[in-house]
Formats: sequence, structure tokens, C-alpha cells
Amino acid sequence: MNSVVVPVLGAIFNLNHASNVVHWHFIELSVSNVILIGTMFVVFALAIALPFPGAAARRRGGSS
Amino acid sequence: MSAKPAANGSHGPNRSWTGRVRKAAVDALPPEKLLPDGQPTYVASWIYVFGVASIASLAVIIGSGVILSLKGPAWWHDTGIGHFFNSVHLWAVELFFFAMVVHLWGKYWMAAWRGGRSRVWMTGAVTFLVAVPCALTGYVSQQNFDAQWIATQAKDAMNSVGVGAFFNLTNFGQMYSFHVLLLPLAVVALVTAHVLLVRRHGVVPPFAIQSTGEAAQALPELPEHPAVASAVQS
Repeated sequence: MNSVVVPVLGAIFNLNHASNVVHWHFIELSVSNVILIGTMFVVFALAIALPFPGAAARRRGGSS
Repeated sequence: MSAKPAANGSHGPNRSWTGRVRKAAVDALPPEKLLPDGQPTYVASWIYVFGVASIASLAVIIGSGVILSLKGPAWWHDTGIGHFFNSVHLWAVELFFFAMVVHLWGKYWMAAWRGGRSRVWMTGAVTFLVAVPCALTGYVSQQNFDAQWIATQAKDAMNSVGVGAFFNLTNFGQMYSFHVLLLPLAVVALVTAHVLLVRRHGVVPPFAIQSTGEAAQALPELPEHPAVASAVQS
């Protein structure tokens, strides 16, 4: 399994280089961490915006 | 020689430390608060999911960590199953911090310390602070060049703030003890206290909508959790 998967992933994601970083003044973050932090903001916004299953029924006094 | 049991089967009030502890525990957290049947309607929101997601991740961290510690710190280098559990452990930690940060943001913007919940907020914040070195000591427990590089770099940070004599990054045994016992014990104890305090005080309600457009005022002290739940659900 690994003998197939690893070379394929290695061809797509070439990690044989220095890490990519975002540098702004004194702030220096790896690209992967920037993506992760951005994803956290997106998930936070979605958690507030998206309706929770059954929430409307509970507010109307339906089954809890 | 034992005291004569009262009609309800107890041996009288406050006759022993176990009785006093039991009474204090039941007074602070009666069973209907400790294990409630339902939560207030406002809890039906995705933003309230991330606290329990953090706990679920922590359970996976502890489970995979126990297996890794039983097999030893070098096991994951030379076996496929060891590598698998090491990866489960790593990604559970990633999920734990992801969920905990979103949980922290949500609670910050809800001002979750309202209504006598300051200890709930503080135990959560301290849990986050203790979880960070708990995770970072894992990096120096890897038994590879990455661990050596991180240890020799991070020791300078510890020495610069004067704690290097007590927290020696180049001492693998000390770091491993911190990672597999002392700091996880602290995290689990803090999370337990945090959850019990949430049970006692109830989940913080959202801010009331202000029709006047003026700045929102903090909600007054709310009734205890089961009362809030029954009032909202009725």
C-alpha cells in the first residue's frame, strides 16, 4: 500500500525544499499554519451562520 | 461501634468526613445538574459543539498516548502499527487545539464569564495554557533529529526566562515525564473541573437582543441551570 501511495503523494506534494513562509514585518508563519488559521476563521463563521438541525423546532416548542 | 442509623438510613448529619464531603458534593452538584436530561434551547447551535469536540479529541489523545507509552517512545519508528498510533496521536492533538481555539473564540464573544461563571472561564483559559507545553513536550519526545533540533533551540528560550534549571529541554527523561504524566494529568484535572463547573452554573446564554440599539448590557445573574432549561423549554 505504502509503496504505491507514498510515491504518488510525493509527486503531488514535493516537500524536498525549504518550507514556504508568509513574512510580514515581524510576523513569520508557515503557509500550512496560515491555511490552518484561515480554516479556523471559516469554521468559526460557519458555526455561527449555519442552522443547527432541529433548532427551529425546539424554538417553536417542539420536541427537544 | 457505629451510630444508630436514622430513618433515612444515614448515620446522622456531619458525623464523618465522608458524610460531610458527600453532602457538600450533592449540595453543589445534585444529580439532575450533574447529568441533566436536556439543555436550554439556545444550546442548539453549532458554536456550542466545539467544547465537546475538544473533549472527544482529548479522549483519543489519551487513548493513543497510553498505547504509545506502553510500547515505549521508539516503537513508532520501526513498526507500521506504531507509526499509525503515532499519527492518530498527532492528528488528535491537531483537532484538539483546532476545536479548543474555536471554542475559546465562541466563548470570548459570548462573554462566557457572565452570571457567576468566572471560574468556568478561568479553568478553560488555564487548560489552554497548560495544554500548550503538554503538546510541545511531545515534539522533544519523538526520539529523532527533529526532537534534538527543537530541544536545542527551545532550551535557549527557557534559559532566557530563567526556568532552564527546572525545565531542561535537553533532558529527555524529564521532558518525557512531563509529556506522558505530569502535564496530561493537569490537563485532565482542569478539564474535569471545567466540565463540573459548567454543569453547576449551566451553559452561558447568548446576549439579549437590544431593541434600542444601545450598547448591550451584561445579563443579570441568571437562575441556576435546570431552572433556565425548564423555563426555556416549557
